[in-house]
Amino acid sequence: MSWWQKAASETQVTHRQRVWLYILATIIMFLLVIPTVIVIPMSFSESQYLEFPPREWSLRWYHEYLNTPRWVNATITSFKVATLTMLVATPFGTMAAYGLFVSGGRMSKMLFFTLMTPMIVPVILIAIGTFYVFGRIGLVNSIFGLVMAHTVLSVPIVMIIVTSALRTYDLNQERVAQSLGSTRIRAFFEITLPQLKFSIVTAALLAFLTSFDEVIISIFLSGGGNSTLTKQMFSALRDYIDPTIAAISTLMILLSTGLMLSLQILGGRGAR
Amino acid sequence: MASPEINKIEHLNADKLLAAERHENLTIFALSLPALIAVLVVIVIPVGWLFSLSFLDSSGQLSLVNYQKMIEYKSYARVFKTTFNVSILTTLLCILIGYPLAYFLSQIPRRYVGFFMLTVLLPFWTSLLVRTYAWLVMLQRNGLINNFAIDLGLWDTPLKLAHNLNGTLIGMVHIMLPFLILPLYAAMRRIDPHALQAAANLGATPVQAFWQIFVPLSLPGVVAGSLIVFVLCLGFYVTPAVLGGGRVILVSMQITAILEDQFNWGAASALGVVLLVLTFAALFLASRFLKLDEVMFGKR
Amino acid sequence: MTSNASASLTISVTELTKKYGRVFALNAVSIDVRAGEFLTLLGPSGSGKTTLLMAIAGFNRPDSGRICFADEDITVLPPHKRGVGMVFQNYALFPHMSVFENVAFPLKLRKISAEEKHHRVMEALKTVQLSGYAERGIDQLSGGQRQRVALARAFVFGPKILLMDEPLSALDKKLREEMQIELKQLHRQLGVTTVYVTHDQREALTMSDRIAVINEGELAQIGTPREIYNRPANQFVASFIGESSFIPLHRNDSGQLVHESVAVLPVPNEETGKEWSLVIRPERLLLEKPKAKRTNGKIFFDGVITELVYQGETAIVMIELGNGKIVTSRANTRAGDDVDSLELGQKVSVSIDKNDAIVIPGGTK
Ligand SMILES: Nc1ncnc2c1ncn2[C@@H]1O[C@H](COP(=O)(O)OP(=O)(O)O)[C@@H](O)[C@H]1O
Ligand SMILES: [Mg+2]
Repeated sequence: MSWWQKAASETQVTHRQRVWLYILATIIMFLLVIPTVIVIPMSFSESQYLEFPPREWSLRWYHEYLNTPRWVNATITSFKVATLTMLVATPFGTMAAYGLFVSGGRMSKMLFFTLMTPMIVPVILIAIGTFYVFGRIGLVNSIFGLVMAHTVLSVPIVMIIVTSALRTYDLNQERVAQSLGSTRIRAFFEITLPQLKFSIVTAALLAFLTSFDEVIISIFLSGGGNSTLTKQMFSALRDYIDPTIAAISTLMILLSTGLMLSLQILGGRGAR
Repeated sequence: MASPEINKIEHLNADKLLAAERHENLTIFALSLPALIAVLVVIVIPVGWLFSLSFLDSSGQLSLVNYQKMIEYKSYARVFKTTFNVSILTTLLCILIGYPLAYFLSQIPRRYVGFFMLTVLLPFWTSLLVRTYAWLVMLQRNGLINNFAIDLGLWDTPLKLAHNLNGTLIGMVHIMLPFLILPLYAAMRRIDPHALQAAANLGATPVQAFWQIFVPLSLPGVVAGSLIVFVLCLGFYVTPAVLGGGRVILVSMQITAILEDQFNWGAASALGVVLLVLTFAALFLASRFLKLDEVMFGKR
Repeated sequence: MTSNASASLTISVTELTKKYGRVFALNAVSIDVRAGEFLTLLGPSGSGKTTLLMAIAGFNRPDSGRICFADEDITVLPPHKRGVGMVFQNYALFPHMSVFENVAFPLKLRKISAEEKHHRVMEALKTVQLSGYAERGIDQLSGGQRQRVALARAFVFGPKILLMDEPLSALDKKLREEMQIELKQLHRQLGVTTVYVTHDQREALTMSDRIAVINEGELAQIGTPREIYNRPANQFVASFIGESSFIPLHRNDSGQLVHESVAVLPVPNEETGKEWSLVIRPERLLLEKPKAKRTNGKIFFDGVITELVYQGETAIVMIELGNGKIVTSRANTRAGDDVDSLELGQKVSVSIDKNDAIVIPGGTK
């Protein structure tokens, strides 16, 4: 019996009968991936007009990117803001997730939902709201204000990841450690934390990417010497299609997929 | 004389225990305090402030003028209608395209899913701005799609794909698809294969089993996924701003436009308040049909 | 052994109460655990056993009540200062540490020298018969081995109290029965005061010095396995531990308990209730030969056989008494007992020795 005729499902449908599904799925997957990767080859084009496939290959737009202070500064700002956001959001989110998870109860549920609101409230509202309030206390165009806003956007992501890790974790381990003479804090750091390591690293990287990729709040809260990369890209996009953006996009794709893929591979090795 | 004695035994150590309990609760509450303060500063105060601004007229007097305008001016109604239509269309297209792919992923052996799932995750991980940019490049007059289609003889003169509603929808659907597929896939994997075997055993053809057993069982996933997509669409900004070319104005874009052109905080805030209320209304309606935490987790 | 007596503490729980919402998980429970004793908390699922154990360990804060170790009130002492060894149902081993590191964990916290630590860990592993396993990872162990590691970790630092919450319930039947004996021996060897939780009455009877039966957050009875089985204090204990049939009894004016107008027993104590029940254990209800003499030391009942179940070494015979009450007898299948000749519908008489008859206050449900 060839692979064709074998059953592909519980209802004994054969692969041959499923061909239409395989073709359809392939087309959809193709459409999902192409726009994500198409800019990579285009960024190596010599031409002003982005072409595919490029007639002449060059690193022209990468040189352009690296030699334009506006882009370089924006990149540095974005890295600064994203790193700080990660460093703040990860402990904030982890602490909140842990505290609310172990205490349970009605109150915790309410607080959890309160901390999730940044995922629900339309970002434009957060953007203009903080622009208005931070404007009065001189936090607009400052890295501090932006980091704070990005932290609030990232905390729910960190909390969701850490909470779901805690769900599969046996809190009795912490209890045993305490019964064996360890303080609660020490039990957390020696027993729980090492086992949540993978999730917390995942959460941290997602916090980093959330900040690095964020557009709307950055448009409002960053500016002048502290403009982020996304803000610069957005204004460049609205004006004309600058091929330099293809080079920057390529680098951003490599950054995010590189980070996430390495996590997936680590995760595949059974780390928690 | 005996009663105080009894009382004492009934509540032995109760005060001490209550104090210890309070102390512990406080410690645990303190753990979420930093995050709560951040939410207070970034969400509660600013959004609250906007809320109060929306009830002030240009001279700072308490009034409903901002909301009145919203009812009187046709342009506002149009913006809300566009937002709603674009959100609904995007959601429907996402279901239409996402369902077959989620179904495919749920039917192949688990060991291959990781690989095929990358086609969903790769765009999910990639910056939204980058993907919007990629679509702009692909859809423009002499872009990839027009060139290919003309080479293949599908059409003769370049079609206008970007800077209009088509471009906006294409971009938004692409960006929203992972939000639909991921929870839908999870829901489909939770379907007990025995249910389908039982259906077959009772005489259902594969097609009948699919429509009468599989589809109804996957509906919670569809609802969860479309809810996320719909709510995110309501507040969307970047993609329509870039791919709509000024022809597709959604609420969030109108808000910035008002701020940039008229610097009218009251009007912008009122729009924002209505947007927020609509978002919560959608979530509230949905929460009557499904558990909100599951939806949130579907969102990862 | 005197050394053992000093290695253990008494636990006294006084009026312990814990509510979850409106439900009393514990309702004014008082229990005194003697030094060096193996005490089992026995009760159905949801009766509050874990809640009580966790309160003793310090992981569960009661609403009121007092817990003392020896004379020291530890009701609000944090768990890490209580010095109790603890074994959980799912073992709660630290998966990111080796067997050795798991067992060494409490010693590391006590800053014990490397040499001494090594010695004591190896000693403990030897006690639980895991000598060769020190460097293994937790995921390389079987269920029974994990159980032993959890045990070694709980006693290696010399706690004076050992608490175990259904530690054997995840093991299969054969292994569980082996471990019951091993745990019992270990307890004898260590002499440490042990509070053990189970919902399995046979396990409780096998292992315990005393059993505290818990039902719906209240202490139903406490006593040795024999006392609990032979003298259950109420209907719950009688039906939860062992099998029982109940026959309603009335108290007449002359202080006798009466069944069907036949006086059977005197009222056991001063209690005044009218309604009583006779508890009959199946193995103590004997089938009588047709012409047997009705001696004074026994209570006789007549009835009809409604069910016969052959189970190998014994057979279950269900007998309907005149008033629709059904009692169960467990008969030996030896040739002399003539069980093989019994038939459904046959009239028989059964008897119970008055010394085996258990009388509890309250009517029969
Ligand atoms: N954290 C909790 N929240 C609410 N109710 C609980 C909690 N823990 C236990 N209970 C309730 O308290 C009662 C006793 O539970 P438990 O001590 O776990 O019983 P056992 O160990 O005997 O099975 C049960 O009714 C249970 O539902
Ligand atoms: Mg329990």
